[in-house]
Amino acid sequence: MYWNFVAVGYVAVYGGVVAYALWLLARGRRLSSQVPEERRRFLD
Amino acid sequence: MTATSSKVTRVIGYSALAFTALALLFGLVISGPEVNMRDSVRLLYVHVPSILTAYLCFGITLVGSVIYLRNRSTFWDLVAGSAAEVGTLYLAFALITGAVWGKPTWGTYWEWDPRLTSTAVMFIMYLGYLALRRMELPHEVRSRRAAVLGVVNIINVIVVHYSVQWWRGLHQGRTFGLDPQIRDMQYFSWFLGTVALGLIAAWLIIHRFRVGWLERQLDEIHLEEALVERRGEGV
Repeated sequence: MYWNFVAVGYVAVYGGVVAYALWLLARGRRLSSQVPEERRRFLD
Repeated sequence: MTATSSKVTRVIGYSALAFTALALLFGLVISGPEVNMRDSVRLLYVHVPSILTAYLCFGITLVGSVIYLRNRSTFWDLVAGSAAEVGTLYLAFALITGAVWGKPTWGTYWEWDPRLTSTAVMFIMYLGYLALRRMELPHEVRSRRAAVLGVVNIINVIVVHYSVQWWRGLHQGRTFGLDPQIRDMQYFSWFLGTVALGLIAAWLIIHRFRVGWLERQLDEIHLEEALVERRGEGV
């Protein structure tokens, strides 16, 4: 019984992190292709 | 290699992967059940790190907001926004894992207990902060308002943290700390979960910051193009 709840919790956390990370990488890649190289300096 | 990655994010990313593997191994396989909570104790290895990391993220948002209000720096505005977004995600994890821990332990997913209620209020307040950052306003106006909210919201973080001491409720006091309620392998599993989720948060904040930077650059490019077009029409 406990393991079902444990599974839901771990899938929510690590699954959520992976989904968000993939969205960030995809969005970064898409935006990066639209912004010229000289404006991609992140810490200016 | 991706557009927003760098040597630093790769080092953090691989470290996060290694610690996540260890956290899963110790949290789900090596460490045993606890006397009272049985196997549901394993949920605390993700629940407590999630809320602690959310606190840390909101602390970064506070620092970024204060610095932004002093020097109007785009860098700190984006740091504050990135940390708030990741913190809100972790807060959602804490609410979900708390609910699924509560069902086998308390017999209910939700109780209007001071800690749970104040955490839900905090979640809504940071959702409001994120909504404000997406409003169609000039950058300066939006950033200034968000910075004020980023400072004000920290009050609720303090309320959430001390709610178990200030009011009597269903939520237990501190499970981890200087005098933890659980020890040895269970404590070590929690420690690994904390490091893993902390490193993941650092990786996410840096990437979110860079995505935010690119969004800002693209907005400026579109504005410059619109101005050129407008000037062309005027000639």
